[in-house]
Amino acid sequence: MSPENKQILTTDGVPLEVSLKKAEKKNKIKAFLLVAPLLLFIIITYVFPIGDMLMRSVNDKMVTEMLPKTYKSMETWDGEELPPEEVFEAFYFDFQKLIEEEREGKLSTQLNYTKNGFKSIIKKLRRKSKSFEEGNYKEQIMAVHKRWADVEYWRAIKRRAPAYTYQKYLKGMDMYENEKGEIVNVAEDRRVHRILWLRTLEIAFFVTVFCFLMAYPIAHLLATLPMKYSNLLMICVLLPFWTSLLVRTASWMILLQQQGIVNDFFVMIGLVSDDNRIEMMFNKTGSYVAMTQILLPFMVLPLYSVMKTISPSLMRAGKSLGGTPFIAFWKVYFPLTIPGIGAGCLLVFILAIGYYITPALVGGASGTLISNQIAFHMKSTLDWSFASAMGLMLLSGVLVIYWLYNKLVGIDNIKLG
Amino acid sequence: MALPKYTETHYRIWHYIYLTICAAVFFFLIAPLFVIFPLSFNAEEFLVFSDGMKRLDPDAFSLRWYQDMIYGTKNPWGLAAKNSFIIAIFATIGSVLLGTVAALGLSSRHMPYKGLIMAVLISPMIVPLIISGVAIFFFMAKAGLAATHTGIVLAHIVLGTPFVVITVTATLSGFDHSVTRAAASLGSNPVNTFMKITLPLILPGVISGGLFAFVTSFDEVVVVLFLAGLENTTIPIQMWTGLREQLSPTILAVATCLIVLSTLILVTAELLRRRSERLRGINQ
Repeated sequence: MSPENKQILTTDGVPLEVSLKKAEKKNKIKAFLLVAPLLLFIIITYVFPIGDMLMRSVNDKMVTEMLPKTYKSMETWDGEELPPEEVFEAFYFDFQKLIEEEREGKLSTQLNYTKNGFKSIIKKLRRKSKSFEEGNYKEQIMAVHKRWADVEYWRAIKRRAPAYTYQKYLKGMDMYENEKGEIVNVAEDRRVHRILWLRTLEIAFFVTVFCFLMAYPIAHLLATLPMKYSNLLMICVLLPFWTSLLVRTASWMILLQQQGIVNDFFVMIGLVSDDNRIEMMFNKTGSYVAMTQILLPFMVLPLYSVMKTISPSLMRAGKSLGGTPFIAFWKVYFPLTIPGIGAGCLLVFILAIGYYITPALVGGASGTLISNQIAFHMKSTLDWSFASAMGLMLLSGVLVIYWLYNKLVGIDNIKLG
Repeated sequence: MALPKYTETHYRIWHYIYLTICAAVFFFLIAPLFVIFPLSFNAEEFLVFSDGMKRLDPDAFSLRWYQDMIYGTKNPWGLAAKNSFIIAIFATIGSVLLGTVAALGLSSRHMPYKGLIMAVLISPMIVPLIISGVAIFFFMAKAGLAATHTGIVLAHIVLGTPFVVITVTATLSGFDHSVTRAAASLGSNPVNTFMKITLPLILPGVISGGLFAFVTSFDEVVVVLFLAGLENTTIPIQMWTGLREQLSPTILAVATCLIVLSTLILVTAELLRRRSERLRGINQ
């Protein structure tokens, strides 16, 4: 018999290969079943809702729901000339309903995003429409303001109709689609979002740099000190790590206020005069200082765990081979800590880019980040689809870094204290 | 860290500069927490050290803000504390159960798509809270669970499980699987093996994951801001409102209590970590 035909059989006569595969499969299913409950839970309560956000961000029903009759009657309108009487009539009834529900302000804000100039004419229409007579709404509405007789404005209303749109994403980048369907920038003085994106990146970047510069020496000290001292000092890193974020932010609010201790100290050493105290809160400085202190432990811990594994004899070897301590550090020690630097920097950057609480409390107007804008649209303007769009833009950025982190560090290597 | 005697002067100087920098960073890390402590005993209503406090005059100190925290009229802290503890305890139980079981599966070398699944399970820890908040709010609103304890507990389970998964898989990475095989060969069924052999060995990891889940839930404010109604207010929500509206010393009294709580949790977590390392035979 040739060796290929000679199969090893198990005691019950099944070929060993088949039997092994079966056992392997059984083990796979067993392992998967253990993970399944959590996976299912996360998918239902977390992954799907994020998908739902994606739907909301492109599905802008806000105006469509406010003007249902108008859009129905507009279906047959070609958009060349002024719409016929039915459209005006439908618009009038939709509008009356909005006034009853006190939602016409929302409509004017929404339409104003599409085309400037809606705000004032909607206000005027609201006032005049109280005395409207029945019938012939076209002429009555057109008489309110000359813009109501301008076909451009009716086209703008119609442009708001499509259910699926990427306009919210354009708006998040301070762009919009004009009447001709071109994508253009909004006027210079209204470009608020780009500033916010840039500021978010800037603050996250510098907070990461500051954290790195401060964490490197203390991680080194912790890793090289004898255990009994380093354990004590480690508490200085871990206590803030375990303390409530709000408590830590509160302590910065006390320290940085104008009559606060930091300012007292500056006055005492004569850096500033008493009536000329520095404003360190409700601006970028506040965000920088508080975020750096709060995120510092996330940099120290990965650096420490890498430095702990570097044998001190390597530095000694470097020095004995003729390097000065600085060269030994730069050529031997530093390159070995690069994995820790990568892990710490990516983690801090990811956390900083989505920070919300601290900037909201100590950042003021000039120190807030994109997260604060998302919260503002969720809570104040109730433009949930825009909040979703901005959230997903932020998320896509974070996922890229997350992917990078997973590639470089491995997600199961996150160190927690 | 004494320097050898033969160290040259400029390295000596450099060494002391390095130690000074380290001291400054440690000071920056820890000092802000200690500002809260004395100010919470302030007899006055302002959040600055009064002249009396600077002179250590006993009359300048009082417990009035602690009294206000506990007995104050219309005070929200009682309800908030109750809610916070209920939510955090249930969220911890949920996270620990789901997370530990999942970690057992993930540590098996037979687990298919390990990397991808791990990335999905850890994602709630990485994704900015504001995005999690918006997404979970949409879900809970649809499911009719907005402004309920159940909704908040479920949300906190989502946010807490990554910590349990990470700590328990880390503990299991040093786990000697021959002991479970030995148990099985001696006739123990899998459940029995888990309860009698595996669980006691990984318990430190499970508990420290549970502590992380507890702290995450107890301290979480962004998601709760979206989900909570008036009835579901928690300590972080009250602090957030207080810090935004007016910073009263009562908040500092609460903050002091929270620092004491976090110190207790830190000590527990540290003791557990050391015990776990001892059990797994990792000596440093």
